[in-house]
Amino acid sequence: MSEALRELGNAIKAAHPGDIDEVDVRLGELMLVVKRDSIVRVLKHLRDDPSCLFKMLVDICGVDFPERAQRFDVVYNLLSLKHNRRIRVKVRANEAEPVPSVVSLFNAAGWYERETWDLYGVAFSDHPDLRRLLTDYGFDGHPLRKDFPLTGHVEVRYDEEQKRVVYDKVKLQQDFRSFDFLSPWEGMTRPLPGDEKAKH
Amino acid sequence: MGVTSLGTPVAPGPVQDKLLRSVTDELSDKGFVVAQLDKLVAWARTGSLWPMTFGLACCAVEMMHTACSRYDLDRFGIFFRPSPRQSDVMIVAGTLTNKMAPPLRKVYDQMAEPRWVLSMGSCANGGGYYHYSYSVVRGCDRIVPVDIYVPGCPPTAEALLYGILQLQKKIRRVSTITR
Repeated sequence: MSEALRELGNAIKAAHPGDIDEVDVRLGELMLVVKRDSIVRVLKHLRDDPSCLFKMLVDICGVDFPERAQRFDVVYNLLSLKHNRRIRVKVRANEAEPVPSVVSLFNAAGWYERETWDLYGVAFSDHPDLRRLLTDYGFDGHPLRKDFPLTGHVEVRYDEEQKRVVYDKVKLQQDFRSFDFLSPWEGMTRPLPGDEKAKH
Repeated sequence: MGVTSLGTPVAPGPVQDKLLRSVTDELSDKGFVVAQLDKLVAWARTGSLWPMTFGLACCAVEMMHTACSRYDLDRFGIFFRPSPRQSDVMIVAGTLTNKMAPPLRKVYDQMAEPRWVLSMGSCANGGGYYHYSYSVVRGCDRIVPVDIYVPGCPPTAEALLYGILQLQKKIRRVSTITR
């Protein structure tokens, strides 16, 4: 299975010389890293090429690596119902430069890209309606960034005088408590995130 | 049915039979019965608590269980209403987010007096699991005045039912006909 995936990955890379930085098969899953400006071209190939036919966009999400210069990954998960195969396409991004929108290829991308914009602050160029999707109206910041404070900046309460719900600066009655439990998992061979704490 | 002068309900049995018989006898004898109006009003209010359906999260499923045939809220005269205009009580079942807070208050403001609020589950009571979150209200009592808090995550159907009975008890205790 993973041989076939690697062959497919290499074939895609050969079809798009210079557009694909990396082809990797890990844990039986094929992953491509694509240059930001080539994403529309590559996804169009993946959707339409008879050997790929990844016609279904399952998800677009973001990942934040604050230590990197291109700090965000935008991850496209695609599914081919014809070949019963999945592929993961990644694009590196930062706060300043927008990623080309793929709404022209997949209608499903509209809300996924809005969600990624909302939670990570990755902009998408040529998106027809790039608004926030999940967070509050007038929300400040992008909550899934690693440098976003967990409790945010504002909290709400009902003001008896103004007769409406108002926003206040956040004020916690009790400080945030960080619990450091040892990992309860035993017999796991693959290290899980957080396992390094259990070693000592 | 079965409201004594103290306002406490009488359990089915010989005592209740005796009370009901005395009322029936008086009714057939004189054609009317005498009762205190505020007690009568409290009896009517507790016997037809129509809750606003305000299910926000997983607690709503437990609220549905309470309404289903096993615990059967209908036998307490409790029918879920889809409109705040027809409701007496709002059951806030689930996580109240910042974005949902203004609509919740709007729905509460649309309910006719007298109205009560029952906060169901940890999230509605004080933020619960999401207490430190950037998007969750740390307790729905920051938005609306709450009468009864039902603890649990989620509370069982029995717990919600117990909370509703406590609310009935509270209404019976504090109810007046003046505004």
